[in-house]
Amino acid sequence: MPDHKINPDNWINQYSDYLFNYTITRVKDRETAQDLVQDTFFAGLKSMKNFKGEASERTWLVSILKRKIIDHYRKINSKKGQAEVRMSFSNDPENEGDWLEQRVADPYDKTAEDTLENTELGSAIHNCLDKLPEKQAQVFKMKTILGYDTEAICNELNITASNLWVIIHRARTALAGCLEKNWY
Amino acid sequence: MSKNKRIFISCESANHSCDKTQYNEASFWEKVKLTMHLIYCKACRKYTKNNGKLTHLINTSDVKCLDISEKDNLKEEFQQELLKNQ
Repeated sequence: MPDHKINPDNWINQYSDYLFNYTITRVKDRETAQDLVQDTFFAGLKSMKNFKGEASERTWLVSILKRKIIDHYRKINSKKGQAEVRMSFSNDPENEGDWLEQRVADPYDKTAEDTLENTELGSAIHNCLDKLPEKQAQVFKMKTILGYDTEAICNELNITASNLWVIIHRARTALAGCLEKNWY
Repeated sequence: MSKNKRIFISCESANHSCDKTQYNEASFWEKVKLTMHLIYCKACRKYTKNNGKLTHLINTSDVKCLDISEKDNLKEEFQQELLKNQ
């Protein structure tokens, strides 16, 4: 049986982006997502003794994160219930209790399948990014996902522009190869 | 002819232009040269196609990750917590 070791020193570098992406698709708010990820790391640290090594570190952390997300929704729901203001928008007794929103067409309506596919694709991309060397992944994330300027990245990481493009090229080639099987 | 006025470019610089195009950073002349190159180079056509698909995938997936400052914050907080636990 493969024995997984636990090593919190690398957690942030290795898993924070994956966990963050996992959370943001579920809570839709950067700050909340950050807090939840942080809580997860702290909770993981506290219950390190319980880590049996049966699953990988990441799987284990994700299982903690899932609980945290559920707790988050419980909390905001109970708060909402306390502060709920009841208003009546229609005097028609037949439609009483219906949502007002129901009568408006939602232009952003996505089918459940679309959303699911997007979430899965996001994790697939992160999985592939995890396989890249750290430097390549970092540069690629900054350039493509965060949309930094070439110049800003060069200053931040102390590399030349041509250096950056070489790294980007390698990362893109590797990513394309990694995603090719399932998503092209 | 000086180097940057040549119409026929190597695969290496074609790929470089292609990468730049993905981020809308290629100049008009670079794009022209890339298109010229793609007419006769099958390997680069394949690369360009895959590269475009990758960009499309990433755009549609709406993938997110942490900012540098956000990550640094997280690291700092985590270090403190780590010290407490040891």
